[in-house]
Amino acid sequence: MQKLVILAKKDLEAFISSLAQSQKVVAPVSRGHHNFSFAEVTSAKEITLKYIPTILPPKKYFLPTRESLAVYDKHQKSLNAVLEYEKLVIFGVHTCDLAGIQCLNMVFSDKPKDINYIVRKNKIAIIGLECNEYCDEYASCHVVNNHLPNGGYDLFFTDLGDIFIVHVNTMLGDDLVNKAAVFRPADLKAKEALELLRAKKKEIFKNEVNVRHDALRLLFNYAPKSKVWEGLDKRCVACGNCTNVCPTCYCFDIIDEANLDLNSGSRYRRWDSCQSEPFAKVAGNENFRKERGQRQLHRYLRKFKYPVDKYSRYFCTGCGRCSRTCMAQIKLKETINDLAKEIK
Amino acid sequence: MKKIQLKESEYLVMPAKILKTRMMTATEKYFKIALDGEVSLDHDPGQFVMVSLLGIGEAPISISSSPTKRSYFELVVRNAGRVTNALHQLEAGDSLGIRGPFGRGFPVQVLEGNDLLFVAGGLGVVPLRSLINFVIDNRRDFGKAHILLGCKKPADFLFADEIKDWQKRMDVNFACTVDKAEPDWQGNIGLITSLIPGIDLTPKRTFAVVVGPPIMYKFVLIEILKKEIPEKQIYVSLERHMKCGIGKCGHCQIAQYYCCKDGPVFSYDQIKGNHEAL
Repeated sequence: MQKLVILAKKDLEAFISSLAQSQKVVAPVSRGHHNFSFAEVTSAKEITLKYIPTILPPKKYFLPTRESLAVYDKHQKSLNAVLEYEKLVIFGVHTCDLAGIQCLNMVFSDKPKDINYIVRKNKIAIIGLECNEYCDEYASCHVVNNHLPNGGYDLFFTDLGDIFIVHVNTMLGDDLVNKAAVFRPADLKAKEALELLRAKKKEIFKNEVNVRHDALRLLFNYAPKSKVWEGLDKRCVACGNCTNVCPTCYCFDIIDEANLDLNSGSRYRRWDSCQSEPFAKVAGNENFRKERGQRQLHRYLRKFKYPVDKYSRYFCTGCGRCSRTCMAQIKLKETINDLAKEIK
Repeated sequence: MKKIQLKESEYLVMPAKILKTRMMTATEKYFKIALDGEVSLDHDPGQFVMVSLLGIGEAPISISSSPTKRSYFELVVRNAGRVTNALHQLEAGDSLGIRGPFGRGFPVQVLEGNDLLFVAGGLGVVPLRSLINFVIDNRRDFGKAHILLGCKKPADFLFADEIKDWQKRMDVNFACTVDKAEPDWQGNIGLITSLIPGIDLTPKRTFAVVVGPPIMYKFVLIEILKKEIPEKQIYVSLERHMKCGIGKCGHCQIAQYYCCKDGPVFSYDQIKGNHEAL
């Protein structure tokens, strides 16, 4: 049964500060002009409700940039597996980023399961926040069906002016609502306002590229033969910004690091990028993805082809981060349109 | 941030001990290894392990021995990177960690009863030896066996003693060649592709198993296809960069496949036309 409640906007402060008393709360905060990031907050005043996708997606809490997998002791010849986690509430997650977390969940619960990821994810409560309109021109959430909520949250907030209407999706979400004691049941007026907003969104959110949702996957069947990558080969600087900011990029490296005693240390994983030159290089220097164009193709196929065949969903969430951050101004929407042009 | 110890993890290693080592060439070292507690590795021919050295890291290494040898397994390691360099410093009695075995090996059950054409170039003999010796140890379960080996120069041949045995056996057809010979070399000279046309085989019941450096596949496959061996009956083993061994870290990806999980052994019809495979 669908449960909807209402939070008066003036009571957001009471909600956030009560949450923050019992656990760590992170939410989008402003980092200067057009820059936002998820960071710890203790008061609603620190939160920016109207924000464009944060520099890094909330993936940083699910798959930390750096995480110990094991600790070792050379004298004792021991290697013990470890898990690092933190109880956390993430407030204000947009639907694109909710989709990103859903993608990561699929990958890391695929067998063999990644215990570190799964335990950590279950310690995190997720509170979504609806986008009533486009964040900016880089977003392409409609073509991948992420402009509307598709689950993946405990609570989901929609801004209706003076109030938030809140979808309570899980028992964990219900607990948060009950403990805060500032929510009231949604009335008919609020429910109608939500329906009106969703109807209005249908007008606002339109396909951002010249390809329909279902046709995207077919387009990428053709992609390896395309000339588009030659163009990107000349432009890409292989900085890896696009993969770092991507909510569904999860490639990692595993590295041993000694402590100062040079006896003990940790085996940790950290984010890696398929855009970097040595990513696919083997001992003996054979490099299986030597050209930047090949690596860009690979990045796109990992969003629009391989996961579609394996998990039946696009791993592009439409957040637009890769285009926003690219130093060479490689734009996802442009690449897709260029590809589509070649076919026609 | 809380840090707790995990009892189960894909990243735990099995403690193992080196029983014996031997330099095979200037850059390749042989290791005979046993898991602690008399545990068998129980691998399939063609699988690999992650070798773990504390404080140094891990490297994926092909298993070179047949699983018919249950009390130990063998690796041959080229000194080519940080981990393999450190591995080369180890001797009999030293310990290391093992994860695995990983990946899909050669489809032994499919091969049984059929004729086999083994083609190995350079270091390719290392993983292929796990299958060749498996077939030799279970010789009557397979049909004819042709072994073709190729190397740059005679000094590069690994397992020279064993090769002599393969050469002598009446139940194996053996031929080898070198790209460049030395004065005392009495065998063939030329690329490995030159050995294939002369093989007398029945394509319908022959399975070809090819392992070698990337450049070799293209040319060897052309020759094998000329022999009219069906595409489904040709297997290759591919090498890629690997970090996790369990299909997550992304390094070993070959288009839609993870080499560590879906491979390293692939049938030719699986990867034919794949823009990243060959």
